[in-house]
Amino acid sequence: MTQEQAADDIIICRDVHKWYGDFHVLNGVSAYVRRGEVVVIFGPSGSGKSTFIRTINRLEVHQKGTIIVDGIEMSDDLRNIDAIRRETGMVFQQFNLFPHLTVLQNIMLAPLWVRKRKRSEAEAMAYELLERVGIKEQALKYPGQLSGGQQQRVAIARALAMQPRILLFDEPTSALDPEMIKEVLEVMKELAHTGITMLVVTHEMAFAREVADRMFFFDKGQIVEQGTPEQIFNNPQHDRTKQFLSQIL
Amino acid sequence: MSTTAQELERPQQQSDVGAWLRQNLFNGVLNTLITIVLVIFIPIVLFLIVRWAIFEATWQPVATNFRLLMTGRYPIEHVWRIQACMAIIYLLFGLSAGIWQGMVRTIGIGLVGFAIFFALFPFSVSARLWLVGSVVAALVGYFVGRPFSSKLRIPVIVLWLISPFIFWLLIRGGMLGLPLVTTNLWGGLLLTIILAVVGIIASFPIGVLLALGRQSKLPIIKWCCTLYIELVRGVPLISVLFMAVLMLPLFLPSNIRIDNLVRVLVAITGFSAAYLAENVRGGLQSVPRGQYEAASALGLNVFQTTFLIVLPQALRAVIPALVGQFISLFKDTSLVSIVGLAELLGIAGIVINQPEWLQVTGGVEREVLLFAALVYWFFCYTLSKISRRIEAHLGVGTR
Repeated sequence: MTQEQAADDIIICRDVHKWYGDFHVLNGVSAYVRRGEVVVIFGPSGSGKSTFIRTINRLEVHQKGTIIVDGIEMSDDLRNIDAIRRETGMVFQQFNLFPHLTVLQNIMLAPLWVRKRKRSEAEAMAYELLERVGIKEQALKYPGQLSGGQQQRVAIARALAMQPRILLFDEPTSALDPEMIKEVLEVMKELAHTGITMLVVTHEMAFAREVADRMFFFDKGQIVEQGTPEQIFNNPQHDRTKQFLSQIL
Repeated sequence: MSTTAQELERPQQQSDVGAWLRQNLFNGVLNTLITIVLVIFIPIVLFLIVRWAIFEATWQPVATNFRLLMTGRYPIEHVWRIQACMAIIYLLFGLSAGIWQGMVRTIGIGLVGFAIFFALFPFSVSARLWLVGSVVAALVGYFVGRPFSSKLRIPVIVLWLISPFIFWLLIRGGMLGLPLVTTNLWGGLLLTIILAVVGIIASFPIGVLLALGRQSKLPIIKWCCTLYIELVRGVPLISVLFMAVLMLPLFLPSNIRIDNLVRVLVAITGFSAAYLAENVRGGLQSVPRGQYEAASALGLNVFQTTFLIVLPQALRAVIPALVGQFISLFKDTSLVSIVGLAELLGIAGIVINQPEWLQVTGGVEREVLLFAALVYWFFCYTLSKISRRIEAHLGVGTR
């Protein structure tokens, strides 16, 4: 895999390996992501795509290889891990909102405790973010009182509250009903234009075609093919990519 | 289509009393028999109980020893100190209820219920005045706390934190001109409540820490906590109490004397904490992995994750189990009468054996024990009522 590495690569992965027992889930993944790029990651289930983005904020520990996020190398050093987690926000398939806190408290939590912001400041920012994802009026409700689409938008606002440079989306729409998928994708599209770096694991190919700068196709723990949506959809090189695309399009 | 027609008719039938009886009480030979037998027996039993309670029972031992049952041999001229503690507790609960509303208010209402219930008992006039005063203190606290909630928040927390020392000072004395009342004079319901409240409050944080320790990734902490929990859960409370009261002095140098009550309190706390830890562990396991991941992804450290995210959810999940345990702890305090502390049941035993009741035919055991049982029941029932309210209140916020 040849690729020029520019100074503004915000994520650099070199030969990343991970095993679950005997299962080689990441088998030598090398990739770079430019600052401000939107990268869509797709591939069959079990191909390691979720595991890959979860190694980037250390929810999964890689066992071999190098991961550098915004100039910080991922190691066992807790300070490095903390520093990287400050740079990255994550949105999960199951939302993972804190059910015992209100929407507002969910969003204010990290700014208050990790960034040590003043309460008034954090609250103002939380309302601003809620307005951006379009659910300001739900601020004082609990997550359980919201629809799936609303919960996922709160989760996006919560991730943004740390003002990360990188947003990781782990199948953000897979647990949603069709009409709610749209509202979440709309928010994500808007974010894509703000210049934040986004890594999105998804099967929403229309979204990928419209928003992605590049796409990674994962299979059997490797990036089999990468390129612009144009290249991937109109002229895939690899047989496995062709086969997979023919099944989901 | 005939089935649909029948189903449509059914709601009208249910409102009919005769139909309800037929469906629920006489819907078979066996049920009809049981119904008839119960209809005959329940009134007879009730009649016998009421007749015994009013015409045959000797309530005099309860009435004449009422103060003994409530406060043991605590000197009568100092009882105001206990009552003052109670008034302070009520004032603090009133203030807290006004400030935080919600759950605290629920507990406060329960406490006011207690006071009103006890004001109905044949206490002396001054005791009843204290009870009414406590209720007034709670109300005043509530109406002061509500408008000034933001200003009073920190002072009230500080007051709560120093309140145990104030109570200890007031009840025990020996300082600031208050004469000393040694702990062997404390007894009755006062002692029962001290044992239960201190046991519950002290064992709660210890139990939570033990549960967290048992889940720890550090092997030494994990083993120590597991060992402690399994050891304590493997022995009966009574043997722990015997150890604390009778065996411990044999191992300590003779010049070191630890107060009997303190030893018993430590034993009860340590015992209860082990059981509490297992309940809390169940709650910890019910928190999904995604919650930990979301907290890590936001950059929260281990302590923040534990205390802001995991524990609140875990404890909420086990409130019924915790209250169940507090109720059994309340009743288990009756065991300390065996090691020589005269709490409610211990005093009841003393009253039963007083010589002046010897000539009463059949003894006064039933009356005195029934009274003690009623007091226990009232406290435990109120506890479980409060817990159900808290659950309903917290249920709003759960997933």
